[in-house]
Amino acid sequence: MKIVVLMKEVPDTYGERKLNLETGLAERSDSEAVLDEIGERALELALSLAGSLDSPEITVVSMTPESATTTLRKALAMGADKLVHIADEKLVGADLGLTAEVLAAAIRRTGFDLVIAGNLSTDGQGGVIPAMLAELLGVPHASSLTSVEVSAERVHGTRETDGGIMEVAAALPAVISITERFPAGRFPNFKGIMAAKKKPVEKLTAADLEVDPEALDVPRSIMLAVSERPARSAGMKIVDEGDAGEKLAEFLIQNRLA
Amino acid sequence: MTTFPEDSILVLLETTPSGTPARSAAGLLGAAAEVGTPVALIVAGPDGAADTAAAAGDLGAAYVLTAQPESVSSLLAVPTVDALAAAAGLVRPDAILISNSVDGRDAAGRFAARTRFALAVDAVGVGRDPEGIVAHHSVYGGAYSVDCAPTFGAPVITLREGAVDSRAEARTPQIESLDVPSSGIAAASIESFEARTVTSTRPELRGAVKVVAGGRGLTSQEQFALVDQLADVLGAAVGASRAAVDAGWVPNNYQIGQTGISVSPQLYVAIGVSGAIQHRAGMQTAKTIVAINKDPDAPIFEIADFGVVGDLFQVVPQLINSLSARKE
Ligand SMILES: Cc1cc2nc3c(=O)[nH]c(=O)nc-3n(C[C@H](O)[C@H](O)[C@H](O)COP(=O)(O)OP(=O)(O)OC[C@H]3O[C@@H](n4cnc5c(N)ncnc54)[C@H](O)[C@@H]3O)c2cc1C
Ligand SMILES: Cc1cc2nc3c(=O)[nH]c(=O)nc-3n(C[C@H](O)[C@H](O)[C@H](O)COP(=O)(O)OP(=O)(O)OC[C@H]3O[C@@H](n4cnc5c(N)ncnc54)[C@H](O)[C@@H]3O)c2cc1C
Repeated sequence: MKIVVLMKEVPDTYGERKLNLETGLAERSDSEAVLDEIGERALELALSLAGSLDSPEITVVSMTPESATTTLRKALAMGADKLVHIADEKLVGADLGLTAEVLAAAIRRTGFDLVIAGNLSTDGQGGVIPAMLAELLGVPHASSLTSVEVSAERVHGTRETDGGIMEVAAALPAVISITERFPAGRFPNFKGIMAAKKKPVEKLTAADLEVDPEALDVPRSIMLAVSERPARSAGMKIVDEGDAGEKLAEFLIQNRLA
Repeated sequence: MTTFPEDSILVLLETTPSGTPARSAAGLLGAAAEVGTPVALIVAGPDGAADTAAAAGDLGAAYVLTAQPESVSSLLAVPTVDALAAAAGLVRPDAILISNSVDGRDAAGRFAARTRFALAVDAVGVGRDPEGIVAHHSVYGGAYSVDCAPTFGAPVITLREGAVDSRAEARTPQIESLDVPSSGIAAASIESFEARTVTSTRPELRGAVKVVAGGRGLTSQEQFALVDQLADVLGAAVGASRAAVDAGWVPNNYQIGQTGISVSPQLYVAIGVSGAIQHRAGMQTAKTIVAINKDPDAPIFEIADFGVVGDLFQVVPQLINSLSARKE
């Protein structure tokens, strides 16, 4: 079974995230780059499924800048078999449509029975790439899953939406996206880190995938304006001396908030 | 056949399991009316569409298209996308507005990929300039405002629920039923569905005017009731940090933050929440923030208008008593 796991490199959310006010792009140099937590959960799921599947092969596909290679190696150290890294200057600032086009082409090239993605990335937070991929690949999409079972022919899972909880199923090949209710990714051990050095890494450009990032006949989403809101500052802080509840009630009432 | 106005905005209306327009409908139609003529698309099973169409008119739809594609209640997203494609072909709208819910994003993603329309997600508002429809976004927890538009063509925009306050005037809509050819694209099947039961009379978290949120500091599910009690005295919605959700004290859809719900209420009360950057991303645009935490260095105090350093198990019961006493 060929499993493709989609992983992004993102600015660490524990740091302050910044947008460049001229380009509107995420400022990568300002924060440390890490593997997206949700992508690690997706890989963890793939690794945990692998044991029960026939000749499982896990390929991580990622479209991120050249500099992400080191970050992405962690995925191999965690246990993925192969890495497909799409890095191309022309893809910097790609919109959702272009991102989906490139990823779909890379997934098709790799071959797949099951694609596992996060439901929402930590930086773009679009939450639509998996659905777009399913459409472009012409396969079912089971989204926002909180549990997953996979057999040779089918994927089954629990899908949580605002309206309720449903059980869904799809014949393979299919795309699924998972939520952060899945367990966190494992830490790579020494053996994994050593093994990762020998695992295949394929570097691709948009041209290798026959995608033209500069095509003018496809509409693209572009940034018209970016502005920064003034940061919030701290207000009053009191230490409880036995009457803080009363004082807080007073504050709420005076401000017509209670 | 109906001709649709030049400035039509196609709105995909979500419906509740009982067939009424979902909560997101009013904001979507309100936003559409600000920039054009709202045309609502209702994709539903065989029954109930007529009532829903009238209800959509009450919320501002000038035209309503009703579609009953095959297998809409047994297949995920694809039947809805087929209906959207048929509606967009007929209406030729200036923009397509869809709720930024899980279902909405699935439909928007597939639809944009199929039609190659540009996609703007999680918008908090829309506007119109001489070139067409512009989406307004609030990103990185409201730290930045970003305006986006397509290079050409109509944008598909998903709108954050609760972000648009304006409401459209009620109308008597022109109703038409829409023929939906099936694309035959493979879809996941829905084997069972359990609607979320609304267990409380509390306001909905999205779009709430007041929110009380609890974190790990509450220490247990039983103690989390303190958050509920304060919320009830204030008439507020209840939310939580990811730690409280992970602990299983509250359902997943209570989570506020970067990977949960974004709220922008008049009042936000954080109880036993440290204020991790990912939590703040979902609440720091609140008008007034109140925090109760025993750690004077908790990051939540950096953004709180009124901070109380103290034991929540002392402070919150006293606050509840004090507020209840004054109410009488
Ligand atoms: C602040 C901000 C706002 C943006 N707003 C828009 C917008 O409104 N419209 C627009 O067209 N573009 C927008 N973009 C660009 C968009 O985020 C990128 O195209 C991005 O690469 C894909 O979207 P996402 O991260 O939102 O994906 P999501 O749909 O949130 O990602 C879900 C999952 O898909 C997979 N995935 C997504 N991207 C990749 C990738 N590059 N490589 C491997 N796997 C991946 C991962 O498994 C991920 O967990 C925005 C970017 C930023 C930083
Ligand atoms: C990619 C990613 C996405 C994330 N998304 C989210 C998200 O959407 N939402 C979210 O909330 N988190 C999110 N997180 C997690 C986040 O980093 C924090 O771990 C989480 O917010 C912590 O929750 P907490 O404040 O309840 O717990 P803690 O950080 O443990 O804080 C508990 C607080 O309670 C206080 N306390 C304890 N006892 C008392 C008492 N008796 N009286 C008063 N105060 C007391 C403590 O001083 C402490 O400050 C995300 C993390 C990552 C990596």
